[in-house]
Amino acid sequence: MTVEGMTGDEAVAHAAKQSNVDIVAAYPITPQTIIVERFSKYVADGEVHTGYVCVESEHSALSACVGASLTGARVFTASSSQGLALMHEMLYIASGLRCPIVMGVANRALSAPINIHGDHSDMMGSRDSGWVQIYVENAQEAYDWTIQAFKIAEDKDVQLPVSVNLDGFIITHCMEGVDVLEDEAVNKFLQTRKPIFKLDPKNPITVGALCFTDYYYEFKRQQVEAMCHVQGVLEKVCKGYKGVSGRNYGVLETYGMEDAQAAVVCLGSTAGTAREVARKLRAKGKKVGVVKLWLYRPFPAEEITAALGHVKALAVLDRAISFGASYGALCSDVISALHTLKEKPHIFNAVYGLGGRDIQPSDIEFVFNEALETAKTGIVKEPTMFLGVRE
Amino acid sequence: MTSNEKGGWKTLPMGAVVLEPGSSLKYKTGDWRAFKPLVEKEKCVNCLLCWIYCPDSAIIRTEKWVEVNYDYCKGCGICAHECPKEAIKMVEEQK
Amino acid sequence: MVVLKELATEELFASGHRLCAGCGEGTINRMTMKALRGPTVIVAATGCNEVATTIYPYTSWRLPWVHVAFENAAAVASGIVEAYKAMARRGAWKEHVDVIAMAGDGGTYDIGIQALSGALERGHDFLYICLDNEAYMNTGIQRSGSTPHGADTTTSPAGSVIPGKPEWKKDLIGICAAHGIEYAATASPAYWNDYVTKVRKGIEVSGPAVIDVLSPCPLGWRHDSAKSIEMVRLAVETRYFPIYEFERGKYKLNLNISKPKPVEEFLKAQGRFAHLFKPTYRKDVIDEIQQNVDTNWNRILKLCAN
Repeated sequence: MTVEGMTGDEAVAHAAKQSNVDIVAAYPITPQTIIVERFSKYVADGEVHTGYVCVESEHSALSACVGASLTGARVFTASSSQGLALMHEMLYIASGLRCPIVMGVANRALSAPINIHGDHSDMMGSRDSGWVQIYVENAQEAYDWTIQAFKIAEDKDVQLPVSVNLDGFIITHCMEGVDVLEDEAVNKFLQTRKPIFKLDPKNPITVGALCFTDYYYEFKRQQVEAMCHVQGVLEKVCKGYKGVSGRNYGVLETYGMEDAQAAVVCLGSTAGTAREVARKLRAKGKKVGVVKLWLYRPFPAEEITAALGHVKALAVLDRAISFGASYGALCSDVISALHTLKEKPHIFNAVYGLGGRDIQPSDIEFVFNEALETAKTGIVKEPTMFLGVRE
Repeated sequence: MTSNEKGGWKTLPMGAVVLEPGSSLKYKTGDWRAFKPLVEKEKCVNCLLCWIYCPDSAIIRTEKWVEVNYDYCKGCGICAHECPKEAIKMVEEQK
Repeated sequence: MVVLKELATEELFASGHRLCAGCGEGTINRMTMKALRGPTVIVAATGCNEVATTIYPYTSWRLPWVHVAFENAAAVASGIVEAYKAMARRGAWKEHVDVIAMAGDGGTYDIGIQALSGALERGHDFLYICLDNEAYMNTGIQRSGSTPHGADTTTSPAGSVIPGKPEWKKDLIGICAAHGIEYAATASPAYWNDYVTKVRKGIEVSGPAVIDVLSPCPLGWRHDSAKSIEMVRLAVETRYFPIYEFERGKYKLNLNISKPKPVEEFLKAQGRFAHLFKPTYRKDVIDEIQQNVDTNWNRILKLCAN
């Protein structure tokens, strides 16, 4: 293993290269562009056998990926924001046709107004599309999860596409030391894809038939079942990956939760800031903790309940808005996971970081203090707060 | 097919893939017909134009003349209309 | 050129599909299957052809067939072509597979034009066949960029003020030729030999090839189902739909119609143009259409002369 300086985007590209993908069909969009540019260079330098299709739009990118995946090939793509939104119909088709495609998503705000910076509204807008969704905290995680994503996607009990989400600019463009594995180690870990079905003239099948009212429902139920298998498969894959890399992954990561009275739940790079703030507060004797989810879809309700069930108050940080809903996407998921508990923690939602608006340690400290206050008084002053917006 | 014959989510192939090529042969479209083609074999010169034009592969080739596969013939009338020898007549389907 | 008896008897497109009685697409599918040279994969766009031939759990196709969405047949085909090549590079795939994309005029002229353009520009080795019945027939006869001027469709209806579609049919062959591809052609199933030859040619070309084949629609064009082939013969005989090809930068007229029938004969035969005859005989529109047919014919002759 060697440590190389790379940005999140570069780490994803490097991981895709080592994963021996057969096809990359992608279209550039800030802040994903470095992924596709890096990959183009690998192709131009003959470093990979991959067929690189420079498609004319994101919709065509995922379309070409679906076609390629159906031949039995290992497929990778990447997008962001408007591009992800443009391929929206194809996201559902990719999961409906059970294509184990891996996509790096450089999370970026959705227009309008147009904004190129990091928030989670793009993937949140597609959270019901049947994709497995993983959020990473830094470039190292982006690298590790991209590799693991192929193994999860291609598992015979899953056969679903996976998106690896990394915060636009904050992760995609920030340079870090990333511990990369040897090519041989990744090869051995992933092996070749073994498709369940494929387009093969020797065995002619029809894919994408019209399913009327008498069949559609059954195939959607199959997808639900596949989603139910994801967590078990993920844990198995992470265990195997630990053996190769020494790094520990799973559905979520906690800090200070053993004795926490107040907690913050979040996705992505903000978890790092939250951890630092929690460390500082804990040193002062405050019982706070952080829960960072890696796996967002399927939502690991059991683990969330185990981690958070005992706290008195918690704040869920959402880097996206679900207009018209009582709470943001992540907050709603946490609330539904905990709703069967007899004694529930007090929960409030903090929307932050929209359009790449920076979140400061002071913002998170404010949230922790509010949570501690609620833990003491049992009163939620603001069910939803907007951190960092000018009034 | 009854509900049971259609299969549930546990047994149906993944992703709505149809594994059996040409399984539409199980669906007999012959009952769509209002008119049916009758081939006058003596007039048929086996030019095979009706065979190539038939949208439903319902013209059967033989050594000497053509025959109609009434399991699938929808009675569109293209064969009768295109036959250069007027060897095919469309007659009303008996119910 | 082939003789009918020489065409394979094997039907890779089986009976039992639910295309309308007399549907041109049924005939065209069968003819297409006769022109294959080896292992082939079909990519279909959403449309009559896709919907009626693959109603789960039935399929009429006896070769690998995939449908993904409406506007992306060319993009899906691109992915498939390149995937087989990539897998061959790592030794996981041995045989050459021909890829044929089939889409309607809706999925080609309009919503599919971007994906088609991208695939042509990138030069993937596949054949693209546009089953051109001149409207979005599967959704109930709405106008497309291929619908002719004056045709009555549900979104370009013949009303008391506007007599059918005001716009003219898009020049698909011109668009394809502008991409510099090796082969593009028009065809009509009434001329089965020309069509089958062109399909084989399109398959054999290494790079993209496009065929725009006119497909009669008894319901949408409103004619007797028995007259389907007659309609697309008349379309050629009136010079309404010229049969020509673009090959390596040169145009060639495949069927020279020296004594054309007036286009009025083609219009008169279909209900979609009935409003041009009753209650008022719209000489103005019919003349306009005839003039356009003549101008287009002369344009093509000029292209072929160069």
